Amino acid sequence: MSTTINRQAHRLAEALERGLHVVRFTPSGGLHAAITVNRPRHEVYRFWRDLENLPRFMAHVESVVTVPGGGSHWRVRGPANRIIEWDAEITRDREDELISWRSLGGAATRHRGSVRFTDAPGGRGTEVRVEMEYRTPGGRAGLVVARLFGEHPEQQVRDDLRRFKQVMETGEVARSAGSPEGPRAWRQFFQHKAQPAEHARRPAQHASR
Amino acid sequence: MKANCWMGRNKVEVLDVPEPGILNPRDAVVRVTSTAICGSDLHLYDGYIPTMRKGDVLGHEFMGEVVEVGPGVANLRPGDRVVVPFPIACGACLACEHGMYSLCENSNPNAGLAEKMMGHSPAGIFGYSHMLGGYPGGQAQYARVPFADIGPIKIDDDLPDEKVLFLSDILPTGWMGAEMCDIKPGDVIAVWGAGPVGQFAAAAALQLGAEQVVSIDRFPYRLEIAGRAGALTLNYEEVDVLDALRDITAGRGPDACIDAVGMEAHYPVAAVQAYDRAKQAARLETDRPHALREAIMACRNGGIVSVIGVYGGFVDKFPMGSFMNRSLTMRTGQCHVQRYMKPLLDRIREGFDPSFVITHHMRLEDAPRAFEMFKNKEHYCNKVVLSPW
Ligand SMILES: [Zn+2]
Ligand SMILES: [Zn+2]
Repeated sequence: MSTTINRQAHRLAEALERGLHVVRFTPSGGLHAAITVNRPRHEVYRFWRDLENLPRFMAHVESVVTVPGGGSHWRVRGPANRIIEWDAEITRDREDELISWRSLGGAATRHRGSVRFTDAPGGRGTEVRVEMEYRTPGGRAGLVVARLFGEHPEQQVRDDLRRFKQVMETGEVARSAGSPEGPRAWRQFFQHKAQPAEHARRPAQHASR
Repeated sequence: MKANCWMGRNKVEVLDVPEPGILNPRDAVVRVTSTAICGSDLHLYDGYIPTMRKGDVLGHEFMGEVVEVGPGVANLRPGDRVVVPFPIACGACLACEHGMYSLCENSNPNAGLAEKMMGHSPAGIFGYSHMLGGYPGGQAQYARVPFADIGPIKIDDDLPDEKVLFLSDILPTGWMGAEMCDIKPGDVIAVWGAGPVGQFAAAAALQLGAEQVVSIDRFPYRLEIAGRAGALTLNYEEVDVLDALRDITAGRGPDACIDAVGMEAHYPVAAVQAYDRAKQAARLETDRPHALREAIMACRNGGIVSVIGVYGGFVDKFPMGSFMNRSLTMRTGQCHVQRYMKPLLDRIREGFDPSFVITHHMRLEDAPRAFEMFKNKEHYCNKVVLSPW
């Protein structure tokens, strides 16, 4: 599917990445990414806190079902389209400021993370900072999670945040014929043609308002 | 439907492709009635913009009739006649809120790729590479328009397509080029490039109160059109531009210089042209910046260099010493078209007629011939408008 130009672009992107892009990925398997969302902090926190909203912007997550008492059940599409499931619990929840979670059960999906919300300076909205931790590749803990994030884990978390910003600010995820799923790291190197495609068509929704 | 597709360097083909549909709630689908070929399409045609794919639908200057809208578009309905701005913008991010529509933070699904090449991503653009979104363009019978509730401007009266089509790009782009010059009484403005954008920039500079506008190019027929728009003209194959500008301004230099040429400038000194061409061909330098270099050298001390010609990557031999020591200011940007559509439409209603740049009306099927003619400046080709139906 990739063309000469795409290969060139890929190489250029890789070369520039080495120069410009510092992957902050600690030996313990921690990564972080941040984005600014042009919406009030309370609204941004509320949207994230309703965990069932997460599949709207997390590329790998098929569904999150919350259960009373702060627990949640996650269905995630993994490598080779395999569905992986785990349970998680919220470990800290400070309204409009912070949500922390950790997975429960099997070592292969073990990870924990947090998202912090702060006011961006000068009325620029809300700064959202995500941190995640999983051990790999030494220990087996967090192995599946590590694979989910692939070779560019921080890029993938950043793409999730980009979609989060799009949903919060515009109500939808930006899609094109080249990237019909919206921002996804691998798609940027393996684009569809920028040409309308039958398979990308959705049922037409005519204006009724 | 028929669409003009990029098929590799110096090759476009009109192909049968699927019709676009609604992908997002704020989309509209437009039946294209008129679409134009832009000078910046030649950068794609010549193969200097990275991340193009064979089969990509070209075109970012188009207008037409709305045939379908998503449930999130309340202000348009099927049958409305609209002109579509080339930058895709959401209207809700910080950049959009500040009127910087071509920097929309939400409209480029491939922002990660653009970030790696440019540091941060600009907005998505119709028909202008995958780095800028992978959106099919408007040189087609139909086009999908995202954020249709924000971008397209409705044309309610019976103004013909040729008078309003250029609101999509080149008229606002020329206007912004002049506006960035902060024109004050007595100012002399020099414009590199007398293509349609340069012609509009010259016209805009005069409307914004410039004392005199000087247009610089090498094609007499283009200079003639700029001359009819009110500019004094210089053919750089006949005169030394820096000398001539010094002469016109009695030594001061133009108060502001507009680069309406961009990344594929031509230069009369063969050695310098060859140097840049060779580096560009070897991909060591992506852009040939002669016009920009000369604009910097020509500009008066403390003046403004306004860059609206398109650059894609990196330039060489940038005269930083001249730029820094002489307190110059550079202003740049893909045009924030949405900001200018309404006021410029008002000017058109009041009698300004931008159709003076058009030299050719052709059918969409003839796009391959039109690109060739436009690139080679055959038949005095200045601006081509294509009819898809
Ligand atoms: Zn254009
Ligand atoms: Zn925006």
